[in-house]
Amino acid sequence: MLSNYLPILIYLAVATGVGVALLVIGALIGRYFTRYPDDVEKRSAYECGFEAFEDSRRRFDVRYYLVAILFIVFDLEIAFLFPWAVALDAIGSAGLVAMGIFLAILVVGFAYEWKKGALEWD
Amino acid sequence: MQPIFDLLALPVVQTTIWILVVTVSVILAVAFSVLFERKIIGWMQLRKGPNRVGSIFGFWPGVFQAFADVLKLLIKEVVVPAQANKVMFALAPIIALVPALATWAVVPLSPDLVIANIDAGLLYVLALTSTGIYGVIIAGWAANSKYAMLGAMRSAAQMVAYEIAMGFALVGVVMASGSLNLGAIVQQQAGGMLTWNIIWLFPLALVYIISGVAETNRLPFDVAEGESEIVAGFHVEYSGIAFALFFLAEYANMLLISALTAVFFFGGWLSPFDGYLPADNWLARPGFPWLGIKISAFMFFYFWLRATYPRYRYDQIMRLGWKVLIPITLVWIAVEGVMAHFGVGPWRAAG
Repeated sequence: MLSNYLPILIYLAVATGVGVALLVIGALIGRYFTRYPDDVEKRSAYECGFEAFEDSRRRFDVRYYLVAILFIVFDLEIAFLFPWAVALDAIGSAGLVAMGIFLAILVVGFAYEWKKGALEWD
Repeated sequence: MQPIFDLLALPVVQTTIWILVVTVSVILAVAFSVLFERKIIGWMQLRKGPNRVGSIFGFWPGVFQAFADVLKLLIKEVVVPAQANKVMFALAPIIALVPALATWAVVPLSPDLVIANIDAGLLYVLALTSTGIYGVIIAGWAANSKYAMLGAMRSAAQMVAYEIAMGFALVGVVMASGSLNLGAIVQQQAGGMLTWNIIWLFPLALVYIISGVAETNRLPFDVAEGESEIVAGFHVEYSGIAFALFFLAEYANMLLISALTAVFFFGGWLSPFDGYLPADNWLARPGFPWLGIKISAFMFFYFWLRATYPRYRYDQIMRLGWKVLIPITLVWIAVEGVMAHFGVGPWRAAG
């Protein structure tokens, strides 16, 4: 049973190996062909030719945060739906009604967000 | 020589060899997809596309274009910006690439070739495709450049929104097949074109394909890169092979989404003529060529979209994700649940 998962572990290792090997080889070859390795202007952040006048990690729009919260709610919902979908023919009408109620509660919340404008981007 | 053959007979070694074969195939497929894309878009715009590098005796001019590009990127310096977070900066392309390659472990390539035949295959797919988002976010954060930051924020919000629609669409697939094993999902669609999931799950298939385009940051949803607004988005500070890794990850993801669309909705390695022709007819036989044809068709669809549609505005993308796709999937899951319960359609008999 668990041995079925061994190939996945190997695959993850191989994929990581491919990524690291390509990056290291490419960086070394690239370094070898460079003419001005540590040029200050070259290593400054791209910003229309100006000096960057402030740190880029600053405040951002709160709506991104809101989207992240909504995502957690919906993603949990999906996590609940998967086992229900697999066992669909074993749980009968009780299962269908239960999931109907669960989805209805979610839809009420979704409608509320919609009405409140949490999904608006302008 | 004998010990080498003994070693080759070990299951672990054979699995590793298959893994290497699949990985190299995916990377080669990426190389030719890039050429395919440039040629298709060239023809759609009445140009020739790349036609200089590597013609074979005058045929197929431009066929080695991708290899020339890789060689060029390989000898370019990887510039690390002075104010960047160095470790994260190096880590990001690898985090983007690993899921794009490793998810192929559970994709059923032919009736008897799947590298890891696990029951939780679909959960593994969802888990790894979500991990790929981290590559983008970390890249944007680590570079400490304003364009990269904007691209990463946009792409995170966009991918998160479309991932929900994608997950709901997959719930519908699981309801139809009763299994999270990708091989079983394909098996359940056996019996010709009209028993494929696309017929009864058409709205979900549509949602899945659109979300797939958004999830891979492809046009017309590529605001994460949006070169006319934020230069190159999250990978603006990446150069040389580090950029090539992002590029590789993006195209490997496109191939992956194409393969998954085929598996979930278009019968994977099943033949479309299965059930209409006698079973021993070569056209009815299941196998990798059918999956290959389906993947190529979806790749063409991606390029076709790119050549046809202008880029969406960001608020339009978010509106499409939250206000159109998610309601569609919610409604169709309810409809499907009721249909399955009353035995309408090809569902398993409800208990």
